[in-house]
Amino acid sequence: MPTSKSHTDKKNIPCGQNRLVLGNVGVINPESIDEYIAAKGYDALKKALSAMKPAQVIAEVKTSELRGRGGAGFPTAIKWAGAANEKSDVKYVICNADEGEPGTFKDRAIMEGDPHKLIEGMALAGYATGASKGYIYVRGEYTLSIARLAKAAADARAKGFLGENIQGSGFNFDLEVLRGAGAYICGEESALIESIEGKRGEPRLKPPYPVQKGLWQKPTVVNNVETLANIPAIVLNGGEWYRAIGVEGSRGTKVFCLMGDLNWKGVVEIPFGAPLSKIIKEMGGGVKKDRKLKGVILGGVSGSLLTARELDTPVDFKSLALIESGPGSGAIIALDETRSIVDVVDNIAHFFMHESCGRCTPCRAGNEQIVHLIGKIRKGDGSHADLKKLEELGWNMYQTSFCPLGQTAPNILLQSLKKYRGEWEACLAGKKEKCACCAC
Amino acid sequence: MKKNTVIEDLHRTQETEKSKTYLESVKMQDVARECGVPAAQVYGVATFYTMFSTKPRGKHIIRICCNLACHLEGADSIVDALKGKLGVEIGGTSKDGEFTLEQSSCLGLCAEAPAMMIDGQTYGSLTPESVGKILDTIRKGA
Repeated sequence: MPTSKSHTDKKNIPCGQNRLVLGNVGVINPESIDEYIAAKGYDALKKALSAMKPAQVIAEVKTSELRGRGGAGFPTAIKWAGAANEKSDVKYVICNADEGEPGTFKDRAIMEGDPHKLIEGMALAGYATGASKGYIYVRGEYTLSIARLAKAAADARAKGFLGENIQGSGFNFDLEVLRGAGAYICGEESALIESIEGKRGEPRLKPPYPVQKGLWQKPTVVNNVETLANIPAIVLNGGEWYRAIGVEGSRGTKVFCLMGDLNWKGVVEIPFGAPLSKIIKEMGGGVKKDRKLKGVILGGVSGSLLTARELDTPVDFKSLALIESGPGSGAIIALDETRSIVDVVDNIAHFFMHESCGRCTPCRAGNEQIVHLIGKIRKGDGSHADLKKLEELGWNMYQTSFCPLGQTAPNILLQSLKKYRGEWEACLAGKKEKCACCAC
Repeated sequence: MKKNTVIEDLHRTQETEKSKTYLESVKMQDVARECGVPAAQVYGVATFYTMFSTKPRGKHIIRICCNLACHLEGADSIVDALKGKLGVEIGGTSKDGEFTLEQSSCLGLCAEAPAMMIDGQTYGSLTPESVGKILDTIRKGA
């Protein structure tokens, strides 16, 4: 069936959420700027332009303790201050909307359901950092997001929220919506910049960081969609207000994507700090068919693998770091007791083999070797020495790959070898009852 | 700074002619000339990104997702159904030139898995039966 036009179905949205970012999603018509304005839209931009200096905007974001929502969790205010302090005739703001982490569709929900919020966040980022030009780089497959953003940008321009002398303030800022063309690596900020420059999406050596030398070697802020969508509320209500939501080290809300073996799938937004078990039960409606939960993949396939016993850990940067995990992109993929971990890891390995950009050897050759070794094990030709090889290879890639793609590719593999060792060994021994996966 | 629009230009080139859903080398050379970059760079870009093809493809491009969320919901059976219906492997084009079957990275349709895209339209909650009907509808409409 053709999918519903967007992720904005009002019915069946789990209650108990705090929808700061998704507040308008499913409520207003995303193609109507008037409905956005009626919902206090562009009030934050008007407030900043009429009553705040750029440094004050950054100060509010600093007070809010907002951290990047793309996965790495870097403090947004530090990035912005870095770009603001650079002396340059031209600066850029880029929105990273190349959402490609398997299991992640939160940015799509924002872009399809409330595109003006992102545009307002971009304009505020431009004002704060002294940039007058922005780019929203959307993955090419997100056709509806691209169309809605392009319309929203045109409407915002017509109403004087983009363009020259915005709202009579003397501030100029305009943006363009650019299409990607199918490359997971372009979610890495320097690869994304290369792609905007019309090149293959291969990451750059850092430093210099994009805030120093980014797009066309000019100071550039690169922020995720969800990060920027948080900005209007922070500017409007103040950093203190935002800081009161969430927990220490992880302020505000996070949009999570629920999928896999759950009764309800989709996007939810809740404050940081809730245990995963609670999110799964209250938002996801529990595990399908009343089965037991085997584990959860958190933050996408480059994220982490948590066992059922670890699910009482609060979902925030600090608590999860203690168990070598993190909220990542916010993807929550539930695996029930019938799932084979080896099969899951095999699927992930194929993804990374395909998506490695090929620039550095550990990632290019490493991912291929991982696929090869897992294939060998699943065919019944594996041995303990192969498990050892997988461990060494994964560790090697983590330490020596050029960019986060190759460094995080073996995450789930390595954690599965530690946490679900029995399943790998059962696979070696060819015990069917323990291994639902395969030919063994 | 001069704006380089290689990727957008390649998208447009590939979309202009309905009967040519790929990039011919003469057209890539045109893009290189217009953007003021070496033809080798344009070719490098065209072969890097999965949405571009330098080889002839069918009228409609099927992008089937096999990443984890879709895999858990039985994407393999959807791939098999598509292969059977079209008589091709992944990367192949049906004999009538209507469809090319490609595998895509996660399409962000995980809540409606298994999912695929045909040209610009997304399809979710697929079953081996429903994909056949979808293909028939598109074929008729073409």
